[in-house]
Amino acid sequence: MFYGVDLSSRLLLGTARYPSPAVLERAIKASRAEVVTVSLRREGGTGRAGQSFWQFIQSLGLRVLPNTAGCHSVKEAVTTAHMARELFDTPWIKLEVIGDADTLQPDVFGLVEAARILARDGFEVFPYTTEDLVVADRLVEAGCRVLMPWGAPIGSARGLNNVYGLKSLRAHFPDIPLVVDAGLGVPSHAAAAMELGYDAVLLNTAVAEAGDPVEMARAFALAVEAGRAAYLAQPLEPRDMAQPSTPVIGKAVLGGV
Amino acid sequence: MAKPTIIVIGAGVAGLTCALELAERGLSVEVVERARTLGEGSCSWMAGGMLAPWCERATTEPEVAEWGAPSIDWWAERFPGTARQGSLVVAQPRDLPDLTRFAQRTEHFDWLDADGIAKFEPDLAGRFRRALFFRDEAHLDPRRALAALAERLQDRGVVIRFGVELAPQDARADVVVDCRGLAARDALPDLRGVRGEMVMVRSPDVSLQRPVRMLHPRLPLYIVPRGNGLFMIGATMIESERRGPVSVRSAVELLNAAYALHPGFGEAEIVELGADLRPAFPDNLPDIRRSGHVLHANGLFRHGFLLAPTLARRTADAVLSMLQPETNHADLPQRRRA
Repeated sequence: MFYGVDLSSRLLLGTARYPSPAVLERAIKASRAEVVTVSLRREGGTGRAGQSFWQFIQSLGLRVLPNTAGCHSVKEAVTTAHMARELFDTPWIKLEVIGDADTLQPDVFGLVEAARILARDGFEVFPYTTEDLVVADRLVEAGCRVLMPWGAPIGSARGLNNVYGLKSLRAHFPDIPLVVDAGLGVPSHAAAAMELGYDAVLLNTAVAEAGDPVEMARAFALAVEAGRAAYLAQPLEPRDMAQPSTPVIGKAVLGGV
Repeated sequence: MAKPTIIVIGAGVAGLTCALELAERGLSVEVVERARTLGEGSCSWMAGGMLAPWCERATTEPEVAEWGAPSIDWWAERFPGTARQGSLVVAQPRDLPDLTRFAQRTEHFDWLDADGIAKFEPDLAGRFRRALFFRDEAHLDPRRALAALAERLQDRGVVIRFGVELAPQDARADVVVDCRGLAARDALPDLRGVRGEMVMVRSPDVSLQRPVRMLHPRLPLYIVPRGNGLFMIGATMIESERRGPVSVRSAVELLNAAYALHPGFGEAEIVELGADLRPAFPDNLPDIRRSGHVLHANGLFRHGFLLAPTLARRTADAVLSMLQPETNHADLPQRRRA
């Protein structure tokens, strides 16, 4: 599914901001996620200082998708990616280049540039982007074989802000794995993304900061499964008129003034 | 039979509270500390000193509130500087939904409107429309509190030997209580350090009676008045074991919070920037573990002053049951396992 790696779970989970590593571990189990993202910059400072926490993540036996969260420039993101490859021994990198400090909106220009550099260096890039088609095209051109458009700003819990945009992205890239990354708040948001035909969702805050992260992780796992099944079962298109589910022909018409 | 002796290793908040609790129960205690002076190299020195079990309840396991609540009396009885003024939680307009959510996840508070805020903290008048007031909470100055504990120990004849590095297995005593914090990793492999950074400022323009928390999407931010115009602003929480100075990003976030709380902090002087590592177990709750005649009391995480009294009480219980095996004392206190 992602760069030749087949996964059975369609939920990717972030590892930041849980009440404790122990709760994080239980939430990951409940979510059945096989891929977890880890932030190098926020947790690492410089060098190998975050080692305890990273060792803990690695001890969980999951596939790690390191990210460049907190990077505001191409140079920072590229440096962080190289550090991640060395630390986690993986070509995978979730590429974030932040353009606006308040909304954490991606800087799509920097993103494309960083993606090109990293793809050339042999990285397998998971770019965190907007739902803009042209940007998505440029990312694919740069070598990305996965796209991760946002649902809404990071941590905002708003769900899918632009369903139309996400739909047309899906239609435009039938063969590129698409992941809704960021902005999901409740499981129905995840189900909605899956119903659009997205391949997976990535979330963190919605689970980490829930009152009961473990139970919320389980709820998201169920929603992702439900949304995917619904997509495969070919849902109805909305229509303007009522369409009765029981036949009306041959029945007495009652009432009517 | 000679009176049993107990050695406590470490003179941070864990070590001193344990030593005092043991001394108060009539046991013969000695404290050894590798640093040359009180507080040096101890993460207790950088603590916020908030005794805020119900504020913590909003974002932590229920055990923190349960174990933390009795500590307010414990400190008030032993350290007269314990200020029982409650604490205040505010949010900037854009983060107001978080204040409601914070309220839903805890208890023991009242909602204040703008007038209520002005009544408790006149300097914040007109700055916030709503706040949560946790009437029963308290705060203290950790550095003065540590000094007061050391003095109380001295009054009871307990010696604190500074500049002595002692491994628990080499200590000659009936029971050794290991309160070395992060230095105890040799014995506690699942202990990790969580970096925290703080700033101290002096502001003649702003006056606060009680700790004020400001909800922030990334940090548990708080400002604690230390008297004489001094304020401690804390604290970052980073899964990193980097020691070394405060980063620019952290300093900006902490100082920005103070400025957002009251623009008067814009004129304050930065007195100190500090960073240290908090010792934490994987569930971020303290624990007492026994190996032979050594008890390891550790993992206070960011709740040192809040949870140390309960950790000390339970450690003392465990020490007594080790010294009197014939009486049927309880085993080590049961702690919820992750």
